[in-house]
Amino acid sequence: MAKRIVIDPVTRIEGHAKISVFLDDEGNVSDAEFHVVEFRGFEKFCEGRSYAEMPGITPRICGICPVSHLLASAKAGDALMAVDIPVGADKLRRLMNLGQFIQSHALSFFHLSSPDFLLGWDTAVAKRNVFGIISANPELARAGIRLRQFGQEVIEILGGRKIHPAWAVPGGVRTPLSEEGRQRIRQWIPEAYKTTRVALDLFKSTLKTHGREVQVFGNFQSLFMGLVTADGSWEHHGGLLRFTDSSGSVIADQLDPQNFFDYIGESVQPSSYLKSPYYKPMGFPDGMYRVGPLARLNVCERMGVPQADAELKYFKKLGRGAVTSSFLYHYARLIEILASIEFVEQYMQDPDLTTDHLRAEAGINKLRGVGVSEAPRGTLFHDYTVDRNGLIQKVNLIVATGQNNLAMNRTVAQIAKHYVKGEKIQEPMLNRVEAGIRCYDPCLSCSTHALGQMPMAVALVAPDGRVLDEVTRGC
Amino acid sequence: MAAITLTINDKQVSAEDSQTVLNVAQEQGIPIPTLCHLEGVYDVGACRLCLVEVAGVNKLLPACTTKAAEGMVVRTESERLRKYRRMTLELLFAERNHVCAICVANGNCELQTMACNQGMDHVRYDYCFPKWDMDLTHERFGMDHNRCILCTRCVRVCWHIEGAGTKNVAGRGARSHIITDMFQPWGTAESCTSCGKCVMACPTGALFERGSTTAEMQRDRTKLEFIVTAREKKQWIA
Repeated sequence: MAKRIVIDPVTRIEGHAKISVFLDDEGNVSDAEFHVVEFRGFEKFCEGRSYAEMPGITPRICGICPVSHLLASAKAGDALMAVDIPVGADKLRRLMNLGQFIQSHALSFFHLSSPDFLLGWDTAVAKRNVFGIISANPELARAGIRLRQFGQEVIEILGGRKIHPAWAVPGGVRTPLSEEGRQRIRQWIPEAYKTTRVALDLFKSTLKTHGREVQVFGNFQSLFMGLVTADGSWEHHGGLLRFTDSSGSVIADQLDPQNFFDYIGESVQPSSYLKSPYYKPMGFPDGMYRVGPLARLNVCERMGVPQADAELKYFKKLGRGAVTSSFLYHYARLIEILASIEFVEQYMQDPDLTTDHLRAEAGINKLRGVGVSEAPRGTLFHDYTVDRNGLIQKVNLIVATGQNNLAMNRTVAQIAKHYVKGEKIQEPMLNRVEAGIRCYDPCLSCSTHALGQMPMAVALVAPDGRVLDEVTRGC
Repeated sequence: MAAITLTINDKQVSAEDSQTVLNVAQEQGIPIPTLCHLEGVYDVGACRLCLVEVAGVNKLLPACTTKAAEGMVVRTESERLRKYRRMTLELLFAERNHVCAICVANGNCELQTMACNQGMDHVRYDYCFPKWDMDLTHERFGMDHNRCILCTRCVRVCWHIEGAGTKNVAGRGARSHIITDMFQPWGTAESCTSCGKCVMACPTGALFERGSTTAEMQRDRTKLEFIVTAREKKQWIA
């Protein structure tokens, strides 16, 4: 008789979720699903509000990447006003996004994921966390925490606060970079480089002993999507979209995000509050694509800064065509931190960042506007429809974790197939399934714009729907 | 006008018999919290925050509409008053949809400041979460009924300083709300002179300049005071 394994809750991710692993009559894994059990309803309650307020409201979706929502929302506002924002405002927004990449990626790598591969997969759950890292390697933990602090400070220096700054607005930003702020950012840069280098070396040495994880942690064919510049370089705020396949071939390029609905479809599954977007021309579920650091590095040809470009060359060698193992999201994340620091350093020389011409003024010139920005976890779309006075009629938010939903399901199934033996949930399998999900650094608050709680639960389910075994841990 | 003597918080003070208790207290530097009171326009006693205790009267009286009288004994601070003021504030917050974190007036809001000053740390009543619309039809200003506390400052400045008579109150009880002209979109209200006095008078984020984002709305009341002083005292003091 077929069965289902449930892991509930999934820990050390942003939000609450559970995992179901389905077994067939022979006790082999037939499928797996990652359910997001939160619901928050941002898309609904924003209706009737002014578009000018949206960059204030939507960052409240999340405390980890509020900047991503802030920037995508402000950009959607720019589209509704049909304006090109002043060049200084664009660069300042980019600088804040780079700060966001550094802090969020540092959080993912040092605080959430490194306990798995630095302390060992089967270390007791009570020790396999950031406190375990602090006692095992206090210097590394401190450096990681400080790297995140650097990113947070970039955000604070620009927006006045680390979390939920209401600084970007439709048409631009409110304030420039101060000279004092520039000095503060500059002082951080040498230490940030050093920490990132240490983390890169550490991760690359870890790779030698983690061949199996590279093989089974979400190693499959899929499409990849991300923003690129006109010449195919890495992009995070601006540019156009590119899709590549697993062979590394570009299958669609320079797609205008304003028309994303022409090539991205959204499917809804009864088992999760998370929507599953797919690449329309290939249909559902074949149009599964991944977003985020791994995808961005797969779709771009170069980072555009020397140190990160050298790492990118090494990274690209890890795959035939595209790099397909989701375990390497961690590596891609570190390369993006490095690139972000390099770009921040470049901006410190730029006079445009201190100009006071930062805000374009206009009324509503289009009734539908899409704002796209790369969030640390992947491409973020804010799609607003307004009336002629600027009151929101419809909101559609397509977030990174949603776009990775299908890939996360595949990853869980792949890991479960490898590690599930029999009808009982074994601890090693549980640890690895969780870690597999963590590769994507999912943010469930964002993905469901949600309401409620997500502890990690895993259930073993029989074909008749009976739950054979269920494990719940750590809310 | 006759001179009178009354007692406020055990202190004997002199006043004129045409003055309100609030007016006398303010002259004497005795603080009484207010929300609907606005210098330059008449008082209506709408917000009930300036309630004071008057010896010999069982109920609490609004200082802004109670005339000072000879021998009156007034108390502006007591546990009972603090309790009622907090309750009034909590009811104001529960009645509509006040979300400070994303409000245009965050940091510049009299309701928010008052709640902090009066020690309101939570709301004991269930929020009503009523469904109110925003009116963004005016080319320069916006009105969000979700943040309105019905103080009617906007109505009073519109009628009695500007003399346009655009703003008014319609409905009864919890469905009372501010309207423009004949209950029509603000942008179509022909009597509106777009002077912006109502926006400057509003204590919360209910009236704002269009395009304002979180915490950007700041009021400048000096122009209101300038006009009133010029008109009433014939003094053109900028």
